[in-house]
Amino acid sequence: MQADVFVKKRWNSFIFLLILLVVTFVSIVITEFNMAKGLASLPKALQWGFTNFYPDEMALTKLPDILNKLRETVLISVAATTVGAIFAFLFALFGSRTTKVNGVLSKVSRGIATIFRNIDISAWSMILLFSFGQSALTGYFALFFGSFGFLTRAFIETIDEVSSSSVEALQATGAGYFSIIFQSVIPSGIPQMISWILFMIETNIRSATLVGILTGTGIGFAFDLYYKSLNYHTASLVVIVIVITILTIEYISNYVRRVIL
Amino acid sequence: MGVDQSVKTVSADSINSFHLNEKKRIKVKPFNKASLIIQLTIISLVLVTIYTFISFDYSDINLFEGIISTFQNVKIMFLEPHFKHFSFVTALYQVMITLGLAFLTTLFGALIALFLGFFAARNLSSKPVSAAIKGFVAVIRSVPTVLWVLIFAVAAGLGSVAAVIGMTFHTVGYLIKAYSESFEELDEGVIEALKASGANWWQIIFQAVIPSSMTYIISWTFLRFEVNFAVAVAMGAAAGAGGIGFDMFMASGFYFDLREVGVITYFVLAFAIALELIATKVKTNLKTSA
Repeated sequence: MQADVFVKKRWNSFIFLLILLVVTFVSIVITEFNMAKGLASLPKALQWGFTNFYPDEMALTKLPDILNKLRETVLISVAATTVGAIFAFLFALFGSRTTKVNGVLSKVSRGIATIFRNIDISAWSMILLFSFGQSALTGYFALFFGSFGFLTRAFIETIDEVSSSSVEALQATGAGYFSIIFQSVIPSGIPQMISWILFMIETNIRSATLVGILTGTGIGFAFDLYYKSLNYHTASLVVIVIVITILTIEYISNYVRRVIL
Repeated sequence: MGVDQSVKTVSADSINSFHLNEKKRIKVKPFNKASLIIQLTIISLVLVTIYTFISFDYSDINLFEGIISTFQNVKIMFLEPHFKHFSFVTALYQVMITLGLAFLTTLFGALIALFLGFFAARNLSSKPVSAAIKGFVAVIRSVPTVLWVLIFAVAAGLGSVAAVIGMTFHTVGYLIKAYSESFEELDEGVIEALKASGANWWQIIFQAVIPSSMTYIISWTFLRFEVNFAVAVAMGAAAGAGGIGFDMFMASGFYFDLREVGVITYFVLAFAIALELIATKVKTNLKTSA
């Protein structure tokens, strides 16, 4: 009997590996990915990086301009996350199993959030580019839609996880809907929600770079500009500035998380 | 009569003392560091948001018109999609390319991250090694994926090679963090018991660490696969990686064809939602079996 279990287990892992191999092979063929070229390009890229990809004195003169663009990007990311979080909270209240008003509304709000989440930020930015043109608002709305979708899912899970028993207790005492929300759902869920918001800000600053490249705004545009004019020294300075910003924000949010969770 | 009086005074006393007590106690929300930080965080987020809206450059943009035209555009996109520069089959093939890119990067990333994750976990390796890997990985993670792809594109040329390597970098950074944290949750006693019985490092890994954190590994990897699909779409658009993202970029940036963007969005949406459903299913399956 026990031998059977092991044999079955071995068979299962063998089949799993076989499927993995086949899918890998198909993917390599379909994407025209060249393994040898990929491996060969790694040392080449490293060598190129060390010889060309570092900031020089010329690049440093561009620093004020870069920092200005960075400021714009960070502000937009934070604003998009905050406003997205407010909307997401409302939708999460309607969507969550414990706090929903009725089943239909819950399905609708979950559905809206699913659609917003799964249309990628890059798609949003291209759609919005038609209406807002090359402006900061394009990036703002793209990030806002993405944050809204993601945070709604995260908040729904948080509310379901944290507050189902306390909501039930308050309902038993006859508390009204709003007192349940303000006395139970918000206090018990807020640390987790803030943690998600901070995570979203980090993600948004990274995505803002991508949106910037696509829509011509903020720090992404700065990178794209220097990169395409082959000014790699300045482009590397942009990368360094982004890295420092994201590490700083990560540090701050880790600190906040440590204290509140 | 006398008894009645005393009852009254007692009840009055108790009411009084209750009122007195109320003034002093009932701190439902005790003021501590955590709530202070929560309030500070919320206030600063709101302030930054207000400042952002004030400092926006609205000069050559009409917010209201923009929002209305966005609605119209979205309506056109989703209600009147059509194929012009490619057919249904080509679009499907392009989505497959994007899926392939996502799969390859997730696979390579997971393999590398699994190996390095053992060394990054504090309980399986030494403190300096773990700190070094985690610090290095934090830097890798903080560079946006698109920049990795563009940086590698200089050496490898624009295309799937640069895209896969660039995206793998970011995937490795992300997965090492996820894996090593789930390894660290392993009960210290299990490792100790295996060590005491004379098991070597590899035996500990294969007999204790991997089996007990398999659930985490699978769900993190699948989550990353979902993310990588979205990233692969974006890389097609921003870094010439090919696939459906590139078609989207052409449709919106060169042909200005909203209806075609709509078709592509439907394709991406369908696959993304399918992936999400599979992921949820895999997760619940793992939870019930574990």
